[in-house]
Amino acid sequence: MATRSRNSASNSSATSAGGSSKSATESSAKEIVKTLEHFEAPAPAKFAKHDEVRAYRDMLLIRRFEEKAGQLYGMGFIGGFCHLYIGQEAVVVGMQMAMQEGDEVITGYRDHGHMLATGMEARGVMAELTGRRSGYSKGKGGSMHMFSKEKKFFGGHGIVGAQVPIGTGLAFANKYSDNGAVSITYFGDGAANQGQVYESFNMASLWKLPVVYVIENNRYAMGTAVSRASAETDFSHRGLSFKIPGFQVDGMDVRAVKAAGDLAAEHCRSGEGPIILEMMTYRYRGHSMSDPAKYRSRDEVQKMRSESDPIEQVKKRLVADHGMSEDDVKAIDKDVRDIVADAADFAQNDPEPDESELWTDIYAEDIPQAAE
Amino acid sequence: MPTEILMPALSPTMEEGTLAKWLKKVGDSVAAGDVIAEIETDKATMEVEAVDEGTLGRILVEEGSEGVKVNTPIAVLLEEGEDESALDNAGSSGASKSDKSKADDVAAKSDEATSDAPSAEGIEARRVPAEGKVHPDPDDAEGALAQEIPEGTEMVSVTVREALRDAMAEEMRRDEAVFVMGEEVAEYQGAYKITQGLLDEFGARRVVDTPITEHGFAGLGVGAAFGGLKPIVEFMTFNFAMQAIDQIINSAAKTLYMAGGQMGCPIVFRGPNGAAARVAAQHSQDYAAWYSHIPGLKVVQPYSAADAKGLLKSAIRDPNPVIFLENEILYGHTFEIPKIDNWTVPIGKARIHRKGDDVTIVSFGIGMTYAIKAAEELAEQGIEAEVIDLRTIRPMDLDTVIRSVKKTNRCVTVEEGYPQSSVGAHIASEIMVRAFDYLDAPVLKVAGKDVPMPYAANLEKLALPSVKEVIDAVKAVTYRD
Repeated sequence: MATRSRNSASNSSATSAGGSSKSATESSAKEIVKTLEHFEAPAPAKFAKHDEVRAYRDMLLIRRFEEKAGQLYGMGFIGGFCHLYIGQEAVVVGMQMAMQEGDEVITGYRDHGHMLATGMEARGVMAELTGRRSGYSKGKGGSMHMFSKEKKFFGGHGIVGAQVPIGTGLAFANKYSDNGAVSITYFGDGAANQGQVYESFNMASLWKLPVVYVIENNRYAMGTAVSRASAETDFSHRGLSFKIPGFQVDGMDVRAVKAAGDLAAEHCRSGEGPIILEMMTYRYRGHSMSDPAKYRSRDEVQKMRSESDPIEQVKKRLVADHGMSEDDVKAIDKDVRDIVADAADFAQNDPEPDESELWTDIYAEDIPQAAE
Repeated sequence: MPTEILMPALSPTMEEGTLAKWLKKVGDSVAAGDVIAEIETDKATMEVEAVDEGTLGRILVEEGSEGVKVNTPIAVLLEEGEDESALDNAGSSGASKSDKSKADDVAAKSDEATSDAPSAEGIEARRVPAEGKVHPDPDDAEGALAQEIPEGTEMVSVTVREALRDAMAEEMRRDEAVFVMGEEVAEYQGAYKITQGLLDEFGARRVVDTPITEHGFAGLGVGAAFGGLKPIVEFMTFNFAMQAIDQIINSAAKTLYMAGGQMGCPIVFRGPNGAAARVAAQHSQDYAAWYSHIPGLKVVQPYSAADAKGLLKSAIRDPNPVIFLENEILYGHTFEIPKIDNWTVPIGKARIHRKGDDVTIVSFGIGMTYAIKAAEELAEQGIEAEVIDLRTIRPMDLDTVIRSVKKTNRCVTVEEGYPQSSVGAHIASEIMVRAFDYLDAPVLKVAGKDVPMPYAANLEKLALPSVKEVIDAVKAVTYRD
């Protein structure tokens, strides 16, 4: 585990959720930066065999699910926008391994992986992609808008950056209720330039809200490379002006993500306020299914796949370090393929929503009346 | 020549105030910029600075005096070399000098937007024409509050401002999950004093001052609602909610549907809406029609204090996002309100304010002030108007409107918002569909003019609806001259 030094000045005891927080001492900007720089990425977590197996299985499920979604899109079963998570699996799986019961997840529109990682059913997610009645949103949300209150997954948001204040609000509710839960708020390098992100950073730090901002830097906001859109390309430092520590994490190594997630969650749970994890990751597929892929070379993608693939890394360790045979690994592969095949089959055969659903779920009806 | 110091207008809507304290006494020398007095308005306590230098010769209004009208002389300043004998002249000419040429003898220092004293004239022009400060109860026993209030209920006089505050306080006592957040809601006691006293009672955990980041804290409120709380998000005015409108519409209003009914967003967005007085284009806009366009939102715009309180309580309890549109000019108006524990008014129900058979006037919010005044004047001319206060814009109680139009066969709508795609336009369209054969005249809309709100007092007056326009419209649909 990593060590970190804490800035006692900026860690004055947390006030109430909304209390006007008056900083006990005024740290100079230099001191703050110096302190925050001590938040370095911890060494990768040590995984026991069962950790590696879980990571492998969960990441593979996302990979195979997304590949299948891509196929179904090509066949016309999935419409509209469809943003695949292939290549970034270690981020969400590693973070999930660091979370506790009650912690919340919220993200943008590249959300299928996050849903599967929180334990939402492949059938329900795929059926939503195909716009069928058994989808998580009865077919009314689609790829970008799915939720599971049970699994603490709060979307699924189609407006770039909008999930950041909402995730911060989840953390506000956690602090208000003093329930010990942490909000894991994901967004991309593109969203990181949205103004509402910084409005959120300010309030989260001011009120010491338990939120982990996970910036998934996959190098491209749609087709615009980070360096062409961002004056400061180190997103982990984007919180410095708000006294929010952050560091970069190898987002292709699930163990590194897990260790960073542990540190960040502990930071939040101990009342220190928000923290930023910049996950250095890569998306193999296009921004969405209609991506022309003119903004990067095939070689770049191929190099990343062959040298840094998050799933292959774990697979190698399973065989080399944990004594699993190729057949053992293939057994996991088969399980995963079966789940995905079943989900795809289900999602193609499930009926579309009843036409009456057009008019449902616009207003919640259970309005408590005057009686106490 | 002694200089009169006049009661300054310290905010765009201030008509009178309390002279809380004199910080200088007779005989004290005064330099330009010295704070000479403290004035309390219904919104805040502010300091009055001297503009000219001299000696305080006479205090005309003692401290503690309430209801001091803007532009009333409150003291006389002697110039260098003058003595008390000069005062006698000053006193006699006081009234004639209470004009705008002398009004800028006093400048106001305040955190709020301030206006020069001459705007008092603008305020006069802008003053809501319908009533004085106290709004009479409708005379019809079946109308208005009588619809909802049991006979014999004790009534108390309350301002809209107090009614809103009481509604929040009562709901916060009732439900721990309710909290209020916004700019200046806590320590400042509310930019318009709507949250006055809440910090003292509920503490900083539940009365939360935010940075000036509407987009961010509106989204944070949505997240808090997702997380099980019941936020009341105050916008200092709804003009600033434009910064946050994506979170209101895309996140708050649509989630229940997008989640297939799994989870929604119980939240109230509230604050003053519409034109105040002399604050020009960027601060003067009625958003009723904008928000009423959106499925998933409920939109409320009360007129009376009883409705303000009852509807805000209902809004806080509602499991859906509610846009609660208040009006700065109405804040200080006093109404009778029933002394009933747990007084609530259902969202989505219109109120017949006044019964009549000749024409239906439909309005809401501050538009009611024009409608009521017009109805009174029309009655004197033998035209009995039925005045309907929609109270809720969405879901709209069109049944009540249609029922009335089927009786009167004529309809005029009144609102301060813009005419295109307005609330009135929607009502006209619905009447055409549902009561076409009952109409004896086209439905006419009285709305704000189709221009950005101008600053100049005369132009502002022209841009807003007027009682005369309502009367003219009624005469047109009743074919009177």
